[in-house]
Amino acid sequence: MSTVDGRHTLDREAERLAYKPPEIRHDKQGDMGTEERIEKAMHHFVKNFNTQTASYLDGCLHCGMCADACHFHVRTDDPRYTPIWKLELFKQAFKREAGPFAFFYRLFGFKKKVTIEQLEEWQHLLYDSCTVCGRCSLVCPMGIDIAGLVSMARHGMFKAGLIPHELHEVAKRAAETGSPLGITPDKFEDRIDWMADEHDVEIPVDVDQADVLAVMSSIEIQKYPQSIAATAKILNAAGEKWTFRLDGFEATNFGMLSGNPDWQKEATMKIIDAAVKIGAKLVVLPECGHAYMALRWMGANMLGKPLPFKVMHISEYLSDALDKGKFKVNKVSKSVTYHDPCQVSRRGGATGAARNVLKHLGVDFREMEFGGDYNWCCGGGGGVVTIKRADPLRRRVFKLKMNQV
Amino acid sequence: MDLLDFARGPALQWAAYILVAGTIWRIVGIVLLKEKPDFSEPRARGGLGAALKVIYTRSFTADPFKPATMYPKMLAYVMHLGLFAVVLLFVPHIMFFEGFLGFSWPGLPNNAIYVLGVAAVASGIALLVRRVTSPVLKLISNFDDYFSWLMTMLPMLTGLIMPLRFGVRYETLLAIHILSVAALMIWLPFGKLGHTFLVFITRGTTGMVFERRGAKT
Repeated sequence: MSTVDGRHTLDREAERLAYKPPEIRHDKQGDMGTEERIEKAMHHFVKNFNTQTASYLDGCLHCGMCADACHFHVRTDDPRYTPIWKLELFKQAFKREAGPFAFFYRLFGFKKKVTIEQLEEWQHLLYDSCTVCGRCSLVCPMGIDIAGLVSMARHGMFKAGLIPHELHEVAKRAAETGSPLGITPDKFEDRIDWMADEHDVEIPVDVDQADVLAVMSSIEIQKYPQSIAATAKILNAAGEKWTFRLDGFEATNFGMLSGNPDWQKEATMKIIDAAVKIGAKLVVLPECGHAYMALRWMGANMLGKPLPFKVMHISEYLSDALDKGKFKVNKVSKSVTYHDPCQVSRRGGATGAARNVLKHLGVDFREMEFGGDYNWCCGGGGGVVTIKRADPLRRRVFKLKMNQV
Repeated sequence: MDLLDFARGPALQWAAYILVAGTIWRIVGIVLLKEKPDFSEPRARGGLGAALKVIYTRSFTADPFKPATMYPKMLAYVMHLGLFAVVLLFVPHIMFFEGFLGFSWPGLPNNAIYVLGVAAVASGIALLVRRVTSPVLKLISNFDDYFSWLMTMLPMLTGLIMPLRFGVRYETLLAIHILSVAALMIWLPFGKLGHTFLVFITRGTTGMVFERRGAKT
């Protein structure tokens, strides 16, 4: 159950562009008492502490340089949006509960227990104002992966029932129906039939044995279903033995974005199980950036062992297929630039793939100044796009991207 | 035992013990926490090579961040390099190290050391001014930041004023200088000055994780 802070009602009917968010809105899930929420937050903060996170949380110099890399801070000048400040409670929990000198911190009260008011305030900082884009991680002179820590800090927030209402609802819907937009297997099949008919393309579904499993994001299925046909055309042209599966088609992972590792694992396992069932050697992921992070880099860790198949972003698949001459493309005489999805490029390492595809297309490719791995984030990733109250901030931050383009 | 004997003897000796024990405690406390294995298929080689690469490369600022971070970075460079030069290349310091290491190395002329020392202190003061005036730094700073600054500056300042004497005996000034070094050694493992050794762990870890992904480091 997710409830909205009663002091400021959630305006469900308002048009998004007309939406005026209340200045303060701390959402809560469940009916836990204050102490229980704090305990859960601390417990699940602590569960994430390992050598990597510990060295990061212990190593911060408080130099503040991450502020200059963060689009939320650069656009607002609000010091609270300094990336490392978003982790202040996580750091506090580490120093007090798990750090090398935790005993002394507790004994002398050097680090206080986090309060419910702090947790509520940090809901805004950890969710509304961080897309986990990882630009801050590249400027840190200590090499601290701040974005990775934000994702971990969200685990404690989720377990304490303190995440933004809309993100919780979307993640919950994904857990219950298998899709954040409520796309059921029947609906997906309908869309496939429609696209197969509309584009006159053969689209295999629920094939028992196939080399390649293709998955889609709900937003594509719902709003841009031509992606379904495009993917089919590409895989058919490459001569792949491939299929969509109705028991594992959703690539997005809002469990991960919300901070619930259980939902994250469930979503990931659906794809893994479907791929294993058909003996797939490759899973091709759609455009969605965080889907790449969820399966390519975190999927095997959800399974607890190496994946028995390869994982490729669609840009990687295209790049590889074109290099191998699996199909040819018509040259395009246009000038284009490319916005890198942060989780695919900066944090995922596939920066070169899309550029190679553009090279094959023969376009006049114009790299943005400080594009590629250092690009400005669009401002909507990390689940921020779902949070209505964050819309004005998100749009303000997007201006940086617009200017860069 | 006079003050200088105490400073040179038990004070420095115990400070060294605390420095070593505190450093080991802090590193072990971090390393002993459980580390989950990464089962994802690597795109590139991670490992020690990747760690060493990022330990080196993260010393420099990437082009997109240079305009915004140039000023504090320059100050930090001057402070650190000045500090290293004064500690390791001042002839009396080299003689001190030779006392227990058994070997020495060439030092810099005293005048050069003074210039570097003054530059380091000036940079340290500029960094402090920045810390108390920048809204970001004011928000994120805590006791550790200011105390660590003080602990770092005291040996520098007590060393720089020694030639001036101020009518105080040389032995007393030297004793105060050594005691300030001992205080720095005692504090170093416990606060943010631990970055002296933590920097290798944090940069190295990021190197191994992200180079393995083939991602930007």
